[in-house]
Amino acid sequence: MTTAETPAGTAAGTTAPAAARRSPRKRGERSPLASVGLHATLVVASVVAVFPVLWVLLTSLKPADQALTTDFVKDTTLDNYRSLVSDTHFFTWFGNSVLVAGITTVLGVFIAATTGYAVSRFRFPGMRPLMWTLLITQMFPVAILIVPLYNLMGQLGLLNQPLGLIITYLTIAVPFCAWMMKGFFDTIPVEIDESGRVDGLNPFGTFWRLILPLAKPGLAVTGFYSFITAWGEVAYASAFMVGEENLTLAGGLQTFVTQYTSNWGAMTAASVLIAIPAAVFFVFAQRHLVAGMTAGATKG
Amino acid sequence: MAAADTSQPVAKAAGENLTRGRSRGRLRRALGTHWYAWTMVAPVVLVLGVIIGWPLVRGIYLSLTDANERNVGRTIGANHIEATYEFIGLDNYTAVLGDPVFQQRLVWTVIWTVACVSITFTLGLVLANMLNRSFKGRGFYRMALILPWAVPGFVSVFAWRFLFNRDNGILNKILEGGGIAGVPWLDDPTWAKFAVITVNVWLGVPFMMVALLGGLQSIPGELYEAAEMDGASAWQRFRHITLPGLRAVSMTVILLSTIWTFNMFPVIFLLTRGGPGDATEILVTQAFREAFVESPRDFAGSATWGVLILLLLMMFALVYRRSLRKQGEMW
Repeated sequence: MTTAETPAGTAAGTTAPAAARRSPRKRGERSPLASVGLHATLVVASVVAVFPVLWVLLTSLKPADQALTTDFVKDTTLDNYRSLVSDTHFFTWFGNSVLVAGITTVLGVFIAATTGYAVSRFRFPGMRPLMWTLLITQMFPVAILIVPLYNLMGQLGLLNQPLGLIITYLTIAVPFCAWMMKGFFDTIPVEIDESGRVDGLNPFGTFWRLILPLAKPGLAVTGFYSFITAWGEVAYASAFMVGEENLTLAGGLQTFVTQYTSNWGAMTAASVLIAIPAAVFFVFAQRHLVAGMTAGATKG
Repeated sequence: MAAADTSQPVAKAAGENLTRGRSRGRLRRALGTHWYAWTMVAPVVLVLGVIIGWPLVRGIYLSLTDANERNVGRTIGANHIEATYEFIGLDNYTAVLGDPVFQQRLVWTVIWTVACVSITFTLGLVLANMLNRSFKGRGFYRMALILPWAVPGFVSVFAWRFLFNRDNGILNKILEGGGIAGVPWLDDPTWAKFAVITVNVWLGVPFMMVALLGGLQSIPGELYEAAEMDGASAWQRFRHITLPGLRAVSMTVILLSTIWTFNMFPVIFLLTRGGPGDATEILVTQAFREAFVESPRDFAGSATWGVLILLLLMMFALVYRRSLRKQGEMW
């Protein structure tokens, strides 16, 4: 106990033994071995994460008849893309998907925003059941709504119509958007509403003029989420849309790789064209995406 | 929870309930104070009612009938054929529940869900912990690791189908290059199960990792410093600071990912179509198969599976919530 005798006093006395027990490295530093382990694990994980995507990208640049070979830098060509654009309905599917996902997003976010605001700011009779309904509908398996919706769309003549798919996708988008928007509105200080009220705005005015502009990042993220959900939906799209030119991308891609034929060249090229715009958007939105999802779900 | 009680304060509303006076007057007053809120939620209530509530009720009704492709109302050209299906009570339920197929599907669905969620969570937790330290290249690893999330799910599944190709897929090429016989990834029941779980884990880890990373960053660093002062080992710090600190986030992501995985349609449908045979068919894909793959299309049977799935999930959510409450969690 040498430290106790030094004039430095008790403060040094508490830290010195701990420091002596530890290795001379500073806090947060690693031994070389741990460092190697860390990087090795992360490199392996990154390769596993990136490889399938990268492999598809590389394959799409190979001549179609070499799609299944392992050498990939031999003959680079854009033939797959050329034939995808000229020989298939790719752009029709792309257009269908953009149309369906776009309108779903705009409608869904618009409808959900007011509800998110109301449940964030007001206490009103019926609020708790509404919150519960929003939560529970997210558990609905596609299986329970798909048959009634199919029959309903059939009766209304909306099968094979983008409108039918848009209406269907609202069942997925609206509950989740409302739930996420609530989380975002909760983060906007109530004082702003109050100042709006003092200035003589009614709740609609407060919402529209003050809060909605502040919630733009939230709107963007919610919109992005519903767009991606609609963009990647498979079950309804497979059941409701038939005929080459009515398909969305999820259905169209299935036609390249059926049980009997595999057009890997077109499939890989299409995959790249579908993934790139989504991935670019995603990189910008992902940070907010998680915050929105988990905030909405934990705060209840 | 932040709330501007621009409408009635809760306590006041409760007080008013004591004076159960004229109900019409109260209704008018409630309308006066709450009409803003009610107007704002009206569109969602309407949408939920029309496109979720009505189909839900109808789905439950269909599950009590013998509706199939042949006897539902339909229009062929100018002729409209009236529906002729009949109400048959709980027959569909006894048929499905008595069928060994249901048990098989249920067992596999539970294995699938538990395997996917636990592996995804473990990997997500490990990677999040690694990325939470500071070191060179962290940003790069982070971008690489969230990449699977950025690609639309169905595209990824097709990419994996390409990798899994039996004769020419890259995975088997690599194995053969190493002198190991290729694996029939999607043609053998056991390997197909392995394959679908692998793909789903691959798809799910990025979300898990990013959510847990967010949770980790919200744990105050002082806690770790204090623990280190007290001589706590790395494992002790993880066990007593990290895990409790992640509780709220973990509970949420586990619940979400359980529900998502239980209902995960695209991975199974696009990767194996439930096959080989019916080895990888989960409850949701089975319900889809009844109504849209097999002929004649069995709408009533599909609706029955749907209702059963919903009941299972609601039971799960209730049990989960109760167990959280027992442990003193707010949710």
